[in-house]
Amino acid sequence: MDIEQHLPILQVIVPLLFAPLIVLLQPRGLAWMATVAVCGLSFAIAVNLAMLVHGGQVLEYNLGGWQPPFGIALRVDALSALLLLIVTGAATVAALGCRESFNQQIEAHRQPLFFAAWLLLLAGLVGMVATADAFNIFVFMEISSLAGYILIAGGPDRRALLAVFKYLIMGTIGATFYLIGVGMVYMMTGTLNLDDMSRLIPGIADKTPIVFAAAFITIGLCLKAAMFPLHVWLPNAYTHAPHGVTVFMAACGTKVAIYVLVRFSFMVFQKGDLHHGLEFSMFLMPLGLLSIVVASAVAMFEGRLKRMLAFSSVAQMGYIFLGVSLLTNAGLTASFTHMFNHALAKGALFLSVACLSMRFWDLRIDQLAGAAKTMPLTCAAFLVGGLSLIGVPGTAGFISKWLLIQALMAEGELGLLMVGIVLISSLMAVVYIWRTIEVLYFKQPLKDPAATVVLAEAPILMLSVTLVTAFANILFGLLPDLPISLAAMAADILAGADQ
Amino acid sequence: MTIIFSLFLLSLLVVTALAMIRTTNLFVAAMLMSIFSLLMAANFFILDAADVALTEAAVGAGVTTVIFLSALRLTSQHERGPLASRRWIAKIVVVVTTMLLLYGTFDKPRLGDPNAPVHLYVAPYYLENTEALMGFPNVVTAVLSSFRGYDTLGEVFVVFIAAVGVMFILDARQGKGPEYEMPEAGLKHHLIPRAVGALLIPFMLLFGLYVQFHGEYGPGGGFQAGAIIATAFILYALLEGEKTALNAFSRNAQMVLIVCGSSLYGAVGVICMLKGGTFLDYSVLLDDPVAGRQAGIIIIELGVGMAVCGALLSIFHAFAARRPMVANR
Repeated sequence: MDIEQHLPILQVIVPLLFAPLIVLLQPRGLAWMATVAVCGLSFAIAVNLAMLVHGGQVLEYNLGGWQPPFGIALRVDALSALLLLIVTGAATVAALGCRESFNQQIEAHRQPLFFAAWLLLLAGLVGMVATADAFNIFVFMEISSLAGYILIAGGPDRRALLAVFKYLIMGTIGATFYLIGVGMVYMMTGTLNLDDMSRLIPGIADKTPIVFAAAFITIGLCLKAAMFPLHVWLPNAYTHAPHGVTVFMAACGTKVAIYVLVRFSFMVFQKGDLHHGLEFSMFLMPLGLLSIVVASAVAMFEGRLKRMLAFSSVAQMGYIFLGVSLLTNAGLTASFTHMFNHALAKGALFLSVACLSMRFWDLRIDQLAGAAKTMPLTCAAFLVGGLSLIGVPGTAGFISKWLLIQALMAEGELGLLMVGIVLISSLMAVVYIWRTIEVLYFKQPLKDPAATVVLAEAPILMLSVTLVTAFANILFGLLPDLPISLAAMAADILAGADQ
Repeated sequence: MTIIFSLFLLSLLVVTALAMIRTTNLFVAAMLMSIFSLLMAANFFILDAADVALTEAAVGAGVTTVIFLSALRLTSQHERGPLASRRWIAKIVVVVTTMLLLYGTFDKPRLGDPNAPVHLYVAPYYLENTEALMGFPNVVTAVLSSFRGYDTLGEVFVVFIAAVGVMFILDARQGKGPEYEMPEAGLKHHLIPRAVGALLIPFMLLFGLYVQFHGEYGPGGGFQAGAIIATAFILYALLEGEKTALNAFSRNAQMVLIVCGSSLYGAVGVICMLKGGTFLDYSVLLDDPVAGRQAGIIIIELGVGMAVCGALLSIFHAFAARRPMVANR
């Protein structure tokens, strides 16, 4: 068996097929170890795929030995390779770095089921990214959504159940809209293969079912991607989820929906479709700008740490949408780079939140006063992640914001206005990150002994993973070649398809 | 004649759906949902989709209704409605979306048009080649288990994750603690249900097995068979009480059934890879590709049946074995 040839399918089935076996690993800690091992293996596969794709290959894989469109095909190009890196990396880091947090929040006998759901979330997300079939995307969307609901529902108090119910209803509507859209495209073309669709659609692009399919797919995926004003499920879901789950989902969950949206918009509905430019400039661009401003403003006044970071995630999704909606090569490159860098920044931030939660029961910002005295390293990691989120030079976040501003500058006067908005929202990010930093570093610790458990650093494994993630923010800020070159290749593929 | 009948069924569907929205009694809503599924199954049957009709009847009208009812037993029967103002917004959104959907389908090909794109592209290939490639006539089974077998694998894992989710959230794996006392004796003291049920169960099991192993030739397959067999066990649990049913078929056995079923499907795919094909390429399993495909399909359908049966049973028991809350408002 030639492993290299099978890499695309191994990427999906390694987490998928190990998930049932995890359920059987009852003894304490075993399920966690197996999960970390499987996540690590998936990450290794993703790295291999990224290297192959970086060398200029596009990997295709026909399942069941059937040629598409008769069977299902997988396809890994630069864009999917970048997303695979983000998803598998986030799963590995979050699983490895939150062991004590899991033990604190999930009872031991429930952990095997929890970790099975963890692996299925990973499998669902990579399955959506790796496939080249519209219905197959839906199947893996169902797997990842259900697994996501379960993981969030594992949160320590009952508010998690309410939050997840809201997410479940909205997520189901989003997935149904996507399915309606795919059904309409199938009705008009007779195929489910994405490449095949892009070949057949130009001839019938002005038929109403195709136009409405584009609308339904866009709205459904915007719901999944927590695009403003469809983001209402996200803040509570992220806030009440177990900390490790927040790390995983904040780093990659919504980005996969954007990936699918971009795939459809550029590679399926583009050619000869008048509505394509319209959809982006009239719909996504203003909404992207609005989500940047509104979500940043809400984050400035939010008192709970996790909820503040969740609103910041909505704002960051706005940057990604904004870059994509420019429809230029530079804009796409900026967006894809930002997906990678935002995953790094949010990963570091939520990991340090998980570390803080090991010592502080209450994660309202004012309760964390003086944490830097007892947890200097955790707070340093939070600081680095925050700087990267703001976009301070020398961190990863700076690279993608710089690319985005360059892309916007090329748009003329309107672009300058948008640059202004990006800068203002960066200042807002300074405000809400600084507010936390000030409390962590410069406030006197509260005298109330009930607020803290032990005055000490986080457990060593959690702390070291957090520090490594924070360090990666600086590393990719100084040596940004890998994400940028993958993003540029991805932008070329999409822009090429757009002509 | 068919057109009149299907118009009648479709209008009944709309009426049922509206009634379902109107009612605030959740018990009534669950029953209406069951009727809705049954009507839907009849519609599918009129459209010649017998496989789908069988699934809808077994899962939609049968098992889900029982699961809804056992969940309702744990909460209140009456719905607390949203604010009146919000209800208006919801109604407007629904009406607008419906209008858009109707308008969006104006350019669609007429139902049953032989020149519609769906009938000209992929479907003819399946129709012409199934017999030669697989050696059996049921095209639906061929598409589900071989041409698009990867989707079906995904769906099996959807079923798996549903069971995992219910057990995780209700913490039903152990079935211990105050929530899990099982004093009820089912319908033990009701003579007529017991006598009729005892007569039905063997036939349900037999029919389930027939659907399982005859899926290549007639409508049916693992999904439907799993649901039918699960229904037989659920009926047993209703008649004899939870305790007896769980003694006969324990939670751990159900879990093992799910894990084995889904792993069996995956393992077939991996064996195909080890034998030199791609994932789920059953033709390499035996020397003769047609026989190989048949063998592969029979094994994966078995895996599907096991996983679905185990998952539905464990979801049912997770609800049914729980004691209703005392504070039942």
